[in-house]
Amino acid sequence: MSALLSIKGVTAYYGAIAALKGVDVDVAEGEIVTLIGANGAGKSTLMMTIFGQPRARDGLITFDGHDITRTPTHEIARLKIAQSPEGRRIFGRMTVVENLQMGAAVTKFAHYDEDLARIFAIFPRLKERAGQRGGTLSGGEQQMLAIGRALMSRPRLLMLDEPSLGLAPLIAKQIFSVVEELNRTERLTVFLVEQNAYHALRLAHRGYVMVNGRITMSGGGRELLERPEVRAAYLEGGR
Amino acid sequence: MEYFAQQLINGVTLGSIYGLIAIGYTMVYGIVGMINFAHGDVFMVGGFLALIAWLALTAMGVTAVPVALALVLVLAMAFTALYGWTVERLAYRPLRGSFRLAPLISAIGMSILLQNAVQVAQGPRVKPLPPVVPGNFFQSEGAGGFVVAISNVQVIIVATTLVLMVAFSLLVAKTPLGRAQRACEQDRKMASLLGIDVDRTISLTFVMGAALASVAGLMYLLYYGVVDFYIGFVAGVKAFTAAVLGGIGSLPGAMIGGLLIGLIETFWSAYFSAEYKDVAAFSILIVVLIFMPSGLLGRPEVEKV
Ligand SMILES: Nc1ncnc2c1ncn2[C@@H]1O[C@H](COP(=O)(O)OP(=O)(O)OP(=O)(O)O)[C@@H](O)[C@H]1O
Ligand SMILES: [Mg+2]
Repeated sequence: MSALLSIKGVTAYYGAIAALKGVDVDVAEGEIVTLIGANGAGKSTLMMTIFGQPRARDGLITFDGHDITRTPTHEIARLKIAQSPEGRRIFGRMTVVENLQMGAAVTKFAHYDEDLARIFAIFPRLKERAGQRGGTLSGGEQQMLAIGRALMSRPRLLMLDEPSLGLAPLIAKQIFSVVEELNRTERLTVFLVEQNAYHALRLAHRGYVMVNGRITMSGGGRELLERPEVRAAYLEGGR
Repeated sequence: MEYFAQQLINGVTLGSIYGLIAIGYTMVYGIVGMINFAHGDVFMVGGFLALIAWLALTAMGVTAVPVALALVLVLAMAFTALYGWTVERLAYRPLRGSFRLAPLISAIGMSILLQNAVQVAQGPRVKPLPPVVPGNFFQSEGAGGFVVAISNVQVIIVATTLVLMVAFSLLVAKTPLGRAQRACEQDRKMASLLGIDVDRTISLTFVMGAALASVAGLMYLLYYGVVDFYIGFVAGVKAFTAAVLGGIGSLPGAMIGGLLIGLIETFWSAYFSAEYKDVAAFSILIVVLIFMPSGLLGRPEVEKV
């Protein structure tokens, strides 16, 4: 298996505190890979370290065979890796359309109209709100916008950090089904971080469990769901 | 009445110059959260560059005034833009991510450096420019024998300012570069995740601010016919006041603030005393800030997150 994204022995620090203590993760082309773990395990840090924020101190990160461990953040984005980050980070004083245009920057607007129409077809809600400022959207709408903005770059790898956080179950489900469909119909590669372990692992081809800055378990998505340790730690009550 | 009209015209002219400088303060503050104290001196350097370019062009035999003026404008903008870029590169970028006051101190140092460099290179005395664009665009004989006049220079200043402000507002509102600038203002890290080169965007912001300041420098030179190494400090403080009055970070705010400061100053000198014109301008600033702490057009914070 030749991985699209490969992370090997990566460590990352906030000041003197180690947040990642030697992480190995692979994501192959066309896969959905889910990373789960408790609060503070280092999941969001890993997502950001792929973009060099913070930089990996040790280890190697490659994308499509290129070493990106020391590449400037904006150049990593230009390789068509897109992220809907923790906290969504919508540009609050820009309109919905302007936020989507920000996502299209790396494509130099080559197929902007087509892509905008596609995002509006996936999230009709965003079309209704096209001229509204991002900061005044509801949480769910912001989440759709963050994902839409990431998709506007036609990413080869889509990274989503807790896309279901704070959403009503129905909307969360809708977001998961969008991800699944994009993966199925366009072979979009997805690297997903989730608290909602049940849905996320069912969706994923493979999954990783992170504890305290280290990967402690990995395997097929449904296979992980069956493991008693996973069920006990991340699926109290069985869901 | 005629006297009032004349003061209004003069105030708008002066306010246009302040407004052009104020945009540089407000843009840079918006994007890096720093008061670029060297900005007033970039304006001064722009004035000197315009003077030098003018003298060089006339020495080379370019005598058609509109052609020469256009060339001076382009030359001064280009060199000052380069200046702005260099200042950012040398004095501010290395300090990014360091403690908040570091770039401020560096800016004050840069301001002193620019002033002294020009003083050494050009001498401490004022440099005059013979009137380039003489004559009045409009003139009326008033009832009391008082003449209301709009000089050609005033028309040039206000028209240039208007054109630049419209062009600049469109650039920020509609182009990818303007969007990138606004994105960097709001969330630099997210902007870089979207492929925006944040350092380059900040550099370009300094370049744009400097180019506008150099236009203001040329306008000042045309209007007053003199420049010296100290004009940057005084005009810089006024323009900074204008930016704060209008609401720092807001482009229309900078323009309106510039106009207001120009008008207040002119009317105060006309009806009360010229010595206290700055006191008047700053007092009004204080009053406005007491009742509207974020300035006239400061953004109300209505966002979630
Ligand atoms: N900017 C920061 N400065 C210092 N420490 C940080 C910073 N960001 C995260 N940390 C610390 O690094 C560790 C990992 O944080 P991270 O955000 O990666 O966790 P997470 O797995 O995403 O958690 P959650 O599920 O709550 O989002 C935590 O202990 C956190 O306190
Ligand atoms: Mg997190």
